[in-house]
This record gives sequence, structure tokens and C-alpha cells, in this order.
Amino acid sequence: MEPSSPEVMLAFYRRLYPFKSIFRWLNHEHAPTRLFTNREIAFTLQSDVYLRYNSFITAEEFKKQTCNLNPTRFEIGPVYTARPRDKKTVRPAAFTPVQRELVFDIDMTDYDSIRTCCQGADICKHCWGFIGAAVHVLDAALRDQFGYKHLLWVYSGRRGIHLWVSDQEAMGLTDEQRRSVVNYLTVVQGGKEQHKKVNVRVGTRDLPPSVQAALEPLVDIFSDLILADQDCFKSDDGWEELLKLIPDATIAKELRKKWLAEEDRSSQEKWDDLKEAVKEHTDKKTPERAKMKAALEDIILQYTYPRMDAEVSKHRNHLLKAPFCVHPKTGRVCVPIDPAQIDKFDPERVPTVGKLLRELDAATAESGTEEHSDWEKTSLKPYVDMLDKHAAGLMDEVRRGKLATDMTW
Amino acid sequence: MFSSRQKAEVHIEKQASWLKYPHKLNLYDQPPLEDITVEEFESCAIDRLRVLAEIESSFARNRPFDELKTITLAQCEKYLPMASNTAITVDRDAQRWKDVVGHFVLRLAFCRSEELRRRFVKAELTLFRVRYDNCSPSEIKDFLESRDFGWTQVDGAEKTKYFTQLRALSIQKAAPQQKAPPTDVEHLEEFHKVRWTRVPDLVERRKVFLQGGWAYVPAREQASIVFQEFQSRLENSLEMTAKALPRLDEDTRLIPILENLSQGFLAGVPSEWSAPEGSGEEIRADMIDELSRKHFPMCMRNLHDNLRRDHHLKHFGRLQYGLFLKTLGLSIEEALLFWRRSFSGYTDDQFNKNYKYNIRHSYGLEGRRANYPGKSCQQILTSDQPGSNDSHGCPYRHFSPDNLQTALLSMYASQGLTTADLPEIITTVKAGHYHVACTRVFEITHAMQGVKKGEGIGGGESVTHPNQYTTTSRQIERALVESVKMEVDGDVHMET
Repeated sequence: MEPSSPEVMLAFYRRLYPFKSIFRWLNHEHAPTRLFTNREIAFTLQSDVYLRYNSFITAEEFKKQTCNLNPTRFEIGPVYTARPRDKKTVRPAAFTPVQRELVFDIDMTDYDSIRTCCQGADICKHCWGFIGAAVHVLDAALRDQFGYKHLLWVYSGRRGIHLWVSDQEAMGLTDEQRRSVVNYLTVVQGGKEQHKKVNVRVGTRDLPPSVQAALEPLVDIFSDLILADQDCFKSDDGWEELLKLIPDATIAKELRKKWLAEEDRSSQEKWDDLKEAVKEHTDKKTPERAKMKAALEDIILQYTYPRMDAEVSKHRNHLLKAPFCVHPKTGRVCVPIDPAQIDKFDPERVPTVGKLLRELDAATAESGTEEHSDWEKTSLKPYVDMLDKHAAGLMDEVRRGKLATDMTW
Repeated sequence: MFSSRQKAEVHIEKQASWLKYPHKLNLYDQPPLEDITVEEFESCAIDRLRVLAEIESSFARNRPFDELKTITLAQCEKYLPMASNTAITVDRDAQRWKDVVGHFVLRLAFCRSEELRRRFVKAELTLFRVRYDNCSPSEIKDFLESRDFGWTQVDGAEKTKYFTQLRALSIQKAAPQQKAPPTDVEHLEEFHKVRWTRVPDLVERRKVFLQGGWAYVPAREQASIVFQEFQSRLENSLEMTAKALPRLDEDTRLIPILENLSQGFLAGVPSEWSAPEGSGEEIRADMIDELSRKHFPMCMRNLHDNLRRDHHLKHFGRLQYGLFLKTLGLSIEEALLFWRRSFSGYTDDQFNKNYKYNIRHSYGLEGRRANYPGKSCQQILTSDQPGSNDSHGCPYRHFSPDNLQTALLSMYASQGLTTADLPEIITTVKAGHYHVACTRVFEITHAMQGVKKGEGIGGGESVTHPNQYTTTSRQIERALVESVKMEVDGDVHMET
């Protein structure tokens, strides 16, 4: 059977998809608020028809309509000033997006030029390391520098990861402010024809504080991921690319000669050669040494710093696939991921819709009944629990906020 | 010890607090509550609009900020003078009152659509920036202290805690050979703390240190916070005004005025016509024949030849050609003379009845008194497509290829265009690159004056406005004349 045939999908929506949890996560409260009722949901139907501007009053209605339409997947958009389903009846000026989670999308394709294990749509445990590095950096930056607390990381179903930030302030950001966040966090820039893609310094001075903070964890990741795991500088193309990033022509020439002669030097050895050459050719505390040190730091950033799909984050009204949807090609469920466990995450072990339904059949065969929240009997449970816990944190904050305003009486 | 001048200044600044408007800078949070006449209502707004329109056109021309500042200040001097507090002989309150009234009237005029609001905010913010930039440090200090901007000064303890990060920001700007970066907290510049959402532009450029959602803004970027504050206040107020505006409908005296003001801004106008930089001379009716042969782009040349042949042009032809001539520096008197002579088959009575009003209208002397600019290539190419008897439009687009070739040869053969050039021009036209074709003709016809292929109308730029074509052509001629003169002078000099 196809990983996501209509019958499978219908069973998945009816018995497994955690509509209640999604509702609580979007709504921040138990009783429906505008955060949910004015929220756009866009369905992609089996026939590839795209249905925009749906909205629902309750989680039950949401579930009912989803089962009726039986889409392959659906996306979550912004909270509008009016209910999206009423779009045609309100004045265009009275229908504007006002709130939206701050979202980020990291996709493996942006790493194709540097990963050595797979290409295109494929992903394996090895290249997940790039995603891991990105999560470490982004998670820390958003928590420490921007002060956000409610971050939900979600596997995108194939080769990437999404992040949803639900803090009050983040929900209310304007497009302009979203653009600033993205540009602030974008360090690797430039197309195929540009070799040096990290240009964030003013002259040859130190990195800006935010990038400096990101660099520290990346130094270790660079050595594990780029030098050992991916062995990025093993192939001729790989190390040629590295030499293009070295500003000192003498050093580059010397290394080229050496690496051409000894073909099977590993990436680690080549990186050591490079560091050795820098020590040899430049003296401590000279501008030349500083320049080379900066160049090496920039190389580390270029190979490990998160590469985001910036357009997704810049506009409030961008739609992003909802958590727990099923990826139509892989059949995998888009499950939340604990950022602390990101390095242990294996995309190949994510439950698929087929596996979940088999588990469910086995479980119901025992008890003989079909109930709501059947996901509790499957390996989906820990993931739904994760979303529930996350939503509880959000709801807690809203409750405390309300309490505080009441106290002012 | 104060020098006597400093003493005087201290004294004056104290005095300034007696003013109703103690600062040159204003966030416009208090509307004027006095009675004003309808005339004042309109004139204050129009004067301010002239300044804002100049700012808008500076954006359209991609002027750098410094140039924009000079131009805007000159325009302010003319229409909206603002003396600083040290100018005790000037009625500062009256000047500032006018500033405030103008601002609030324009709010009423520009709150009605999203597009108008956006443009108004942009222009107003720029005006504010220009003035802020032009204020003395003490004026800025007074202004900043006069109100709460919601920032907290970063204290010594925090500076010590984040010393390395703050220091990294401090040294960003200093050139490497300049004094060494501060080595201790004492010498670190001042920092202010605000929520990062208030300074998104600084965050974007990594000019601030971010911690827990707070942006640590160095002193030299402090102005950014003020600008952001100005912008967000104005945006909010405009939306509020828009909601309240329907209640104003009862006042029949004000609505037409407001309508006119916003129309003027939309047409990208009401700055009074001034000759384009460098031309500096008016043209007269009797010069037009010669100018058209030497300097006009094909569209205008064609209109002129038609006018000479038929002694008449249809409405859109008159409009396109008339505005072009106006932009070239033809005054209203000369224009009336030119058109009167050209329409030789008509009696004075017919002319005055049927055409005079239109000509005066295009000079902003009738009707809603908008000062229309000359039509750009884009307008000529896309709007008011010529009908079967019309001669306006862009020949490269609106002529059939055969007619285009014949016309090109008959118009420009005397300036060096040959049949050998035609295939290239026709190919460009067929690809839809009308302005490229026009630019190529410019290059060919000015080859004798030293314009090379690819140079366009200077620096590789292509023609986007017929007036630009003509102005550049005249400039080239004038430069040539002057250089010849110089040579002659130089020779004479050598001999003596």
C-alpha cells in the first residue's frame, strides 16, 4: 500500500491525529479565542487542490472538516482580524494578518554543496548532523538573545526541521521585525558562484557578539561533523573549495602542493596542515595572523552555521505545514523534537503512518474497542505528550498573565 | 568659568522653556487646539507639502542622504523656516506653530489610504531625521530629556558583566589606526537598553548587543530609537485619524481642501517647477524650432513636426508636448505665445475659448491647480494609447516598423544616422526594448560630440524620460562650446 493512500490518511485523522493538542497549542487557552477561531488553515487535497482560508471554532469542528476533506496535509497560517472563512464577506481592509508564530524552516537542500553522504531528497543519520548544529545555534540564540521561551521544534517529515516560536511578543511581530530577526540570524549568504559565503565582519575585526556566541559550540561540531563524519576535504573538489577560502596565497599554494602529492590525507589531517601552515607563516599578534584566524573562523561558520530558508520567516502570512501531518512521500509523521535530544534523533526511526496503524490494530484487537485519543496506544504517544507539555507551558503563562492583570484591582 | 557666550546660551535656553513649543523637534503628540482660519489651514499644509514633495522626489532620484539633507534644508528655509532657540529675535513659537498645524492638516489629508499613509510616514520621518541631524548636540540633549523614551541607561555592573560583547560593538566603527578600543568599563561609551522590537533596523545590522530580548544600544545609535518612536507613533495616529475621519464629512469647507492636498501628493507634484540642474536658462517660443531639430527625442520631434505641418495637435498630443516644453523651461507666457502662433488657422477667440484654459491648466493655474510634471517614458508608453488620428505616444512603440525607419532617417540623417544603423534599432524595437532603441539613437546622433556606444545618456544610463534626453543633449552641446572657448582663451593666454 502507498504510504499515504486516502484510506490510510482517513484512519489516521480519525483515530490518531491529536487535534485537541494542536488546538491547545495554537489557542493558548482552553476556551476558543481569536488565536484559534481567526486562524487560517489551508488544506492540500488528494487531488492536489489547494483550499485556503479555512477556519474553525472548535477542535471538534476542525477534526470533522479534516476527516470530510481527507487532505494529504494541511498548513497553518496567521491569525487574521476576521475569521478567514468569512474572508469574502468582509472588506479587504478589515482582513489583515495580525499575529503569527515566528517560524523557521531549515532544509537539507541548502547543505547540498557541502554534504558528502547524500544529495537532494535523501537524508541519513550522517547529514542530520547539519540539522543538529543548526538547532543548537538557533535554539540558543532565540532563547538567550531574544529571550523567547516557547520554542517547538518539529521534524518536517523528510529532510528538514521547522521551528515555531509562540511567545506573546514573537506572535505579534510585524513583517519588518521578522525580517530583522532573520537577517540578524543569517550569516551564510551568497550563491553558487560566491566562494566565501560568510561576510559578517566589519573589516578584519572580531565577529559581532551574536556570531561569536554561536561560534563556540560550532568549533567542536566542525571537528566531529565536517572533519570526521562528512570528511568534507577528502575529495579534490572538497579541499579545492577549502583553499579558495584562504586569503594568503603562499599558504594556499604550499598546501595545494602538499595535498596533491599525498592524496589520501584525511580532512582532519588537512585541517591540521592548514593550522600548522598558519603558525609557520605568520607571527603571533600580527595583523596577518589575525587575518588568518578570522579566515579559519569564517570557514567553520560557513560549514556549520544554520542555513535557513529566510522567506518562510519574513512574512506573517506564510503558511507552514502543521505538526503531526504525514509527509506524503515518506509516510513519516512530522513529530516534535526535543532540542536537547537533537543529536540522538534519527529521521529513519520516526514512526510512519503505516506503522502506527498496525500498532493500533494490534492494540484494539486486544481491547476490542475504538476510542478517541487512540494515539495513546501507539508509539506516537511520547510525541503528543511533548506537544501537550509545550502547550501546557504556554497556557500556564497566559493564565499567570491574566492573574497579574486581575491583581491590579 | 563660563565664557560670556556660554552664559548667554544658558540664559537663552532657560528662556526657551517659556515657549509654547520649547523644541525644534516635535513628536507631534499634541494637536493644535487654537482657532485657525481656513486660509491658514490650507497655506500651512501646502507649504509643508512642498517640502515633503521634494523629499519624495529625492527618493525617486536615489539621492544619497547628505544631498537629500542639503536640498530639504534649503526647501525648509524657503517654506518652513525653523529657528533654533538661540535665535531670540525670531518668533520661534509662530514658526513652530505653523510646523505643527501643517503636520496635523496633512495627517487628515493622508490618512485615507494605506498607500498614502505609507508615503506620508516615510516623507515625514525623513524630514524629522534631517532636522534631528541638523540640531546642535545641546538641542538634541534637551529634546531627549524633555520626554520619556522608555529606555534605561545601562549601569556599571551590567557593563562589567557584558564588557567583551559591548566592547566588540564599540570598536566596530573606529578605523583601525584610530585610538585603541577601550580596555576598561570606565572608557566604554554610554549604552541604553530597550526592547529589541523597538530597534529592528539596528538588530538587523547587528549594531546592538542582544540579551534576553533587550537591545543594548550604543550612544551613537541612540537616534535610531527616537526615529523608530517617531515612526510608530505616527503610524498609529494615522490609523486612528483614518477611523475618525468620516465624522469630519460634515465640514464642507475642509473636505475639498483635503481632497486637493492628497491628490497633489499622488501626482508626485506640488513642488514648484524649477529648471533641471545645469540647464539654468529659460527657453523662448522662438527657440523651439531649432531645439527640436538638435535635441528632441523622437516622440517630441514627431509631435513638433506634426504641429508645424497641421497647425494643430489633438488633446493628448498637446498634453504630452506641452508638459515636455514646460519641463524644459518654457514659461506660461511663452507657452501661450508658442501655441497661439502654432495654431495659426484659428481666430483669437477660438483659441482662447478652446485651448487657453487647457494650457493654463497644465501649468497649474486652473482647476485643481496641480503642477503636472512632464510625462515619463513609462507613462508615454503605457497610458493613453494613441488612437488612429493621434500623433502622441512613443514612435518606437506606436509606429509600424516601415514608418519608423522612414521617420528615423528623415529626422536624424542630418545628425549622422544612416541606413546601416536601422537593422539594429529595429531588432531592439521588435524585442520590446523601446527605451534601448531610443538610447541607441541618442548615441548615434551624438557620436560626433564624442558619445560612444554603450554610454547612453551618461554613465551607461538609458533614456527614461524625454526631458532627460533633451537636457543631456543640451548639456553636451554646451560643454563642447565651453571647451572650445577655453581652448581659444588658453591660446590667447599663451601668446601674451
